[in-house]
Amino acid sequence: MDRLENHLPRLRRYARALTGDRHAADDLVQDTLERGWSRLALWRPGSRLDAWLLAIMHNLFVNQYRRQAPPAAPLDDLPGEPAVRAAQGDGLAVRDLDRVLAQLPPEQREVLLLVALEERPYAEVARLTGVPVGTVMSRLSRAREKLRLLLAEESGRAALRVVK
Amino acid sequence: MNRLPPTEDQLHAYADGQLAAAERQQIEAWLAEHPAEAGQVAEWRQQNAALRAAFDPVLAEAVPDRLLRAARRTPGWSLPMRVAAGIAWLGVGVAIGYLFRGTALPGESGRVALARSAAVAHVVYTPEVRHPVEVGADQEAHLVQWLSKRLGTPLHVPDLSAQGYALVGGRLLPGDAGPVAQFMYEDHAGHRLTLYVRSDARENRETAFRFAREGKLAVFYWLDGTLGYALSGEMPREQLLSAAESAYRQLNP
Repeated sequence: MDRLENHLPRLRRYARALTGDRHAADDLVQDTLERGWSRLALWRPGSRLDAWLLAIMHNLFVNQYRRQAPPAAPLDDLPGEPAVRAAQGDGLAVRDLDRVLAQLPPEQREVLLLVALEERPYAEVARLTGVPVGTVMSRLSRAREKLRLLLAEESGRAALRVVK
Repeated sequence: MNRLPPTEDQLHAYADGQLAAAERQQIEAWLAEHPAEAGQVAEWRQQNAALRAAFDPVLAEAVPDRLLRAARRTPGWSLPMRVAAGIAWLGVGVAIGYLFRGTALPGESGRVALARSAAVAHVVYTPEVRHPVEVGADQEAHLVQWLSKRLGTPLHVPDLSAQGYALVGGRLLPGDAGPVAQFMYEDHAGHRLTLYVRSDARENRETAFRFAREGKLAVFYWLDGTLGYALSGEMPREQLLSAAESAYRQLNP
């Protein structure tokens, strides 16, 4: 039987990337589970539980950032959580990526992460986020372009740090 | 061969591995002759890889207990089982209520009703993750004052920390004949006990300590004057006993 808890690691990974904060991510996952339990009657057996949970998480996330636009993190002088270097070491720390992702508009961040991290088909991303596939594609395109620019900036900064 | 160049959407789909084999091969061939676009596709793939490398470690982290509890509700109980258990409790309640209609505390029926009401309240409120109590243990003084006022008698909250249970808080419930209080405790593993207190018994000198069990739920209960107490937990009798004895000693010194 497919159980909610089997999906926790992936939900946590996605929420972590989406919110950029460990505690906010786990709060979002917990709210998703709560909502999931209260709506279990609406889940159609045979449809995928993970897609259903992601759709719930999407709705909660959208409501959250609509209610309270998070304060934009300043580019410099973020308080010092130690930068965890990615294992496959392309030199990008989680912290750098968090900072970059936080600068993407939430709807672009969502589409990018659902495609890149969750590896969801475009049509499913469209269903999850409730927009046409064309909108998914334009958000993906804009997210990737913005990510490219921001990463270039970051690596410029990293190079400066190494040099000085 | 003169083919139309692929659309940007097709290039994204190619980068994300979302194309069927035939289309993928066509685009691969086209990209081999168009290095600028090939470079763009390669960059998108690097972005995907960087995101996975950064966040995949979350998959290996231990899932926090609070999320496991939220996913499981209670260990081994699926939602349908929970609903069935709730209905079964309701059935038990209705049956007992019918059998003992018109009788009141004290007496056998009153005690059974006490244990049964406490058990139903336990089953209803302990699965709550976000709202298990109305007033939390951080406002214990206010909690005790409030519930004492509503029940019309000074209440005491036993300290069960020696048994490993910390107070979560409490709530006011409707009883058969007036307000009832429920205090909730939790151990480090998230196991919950509830102490159910009603104050509407007729004056009663008997303070015998009794035990009832329904399925997984164990209930120790006793009467003291106008007060009736029931301590419930989903655990074996022996495990609940030490907490119940401690509560009993503190409430009936």
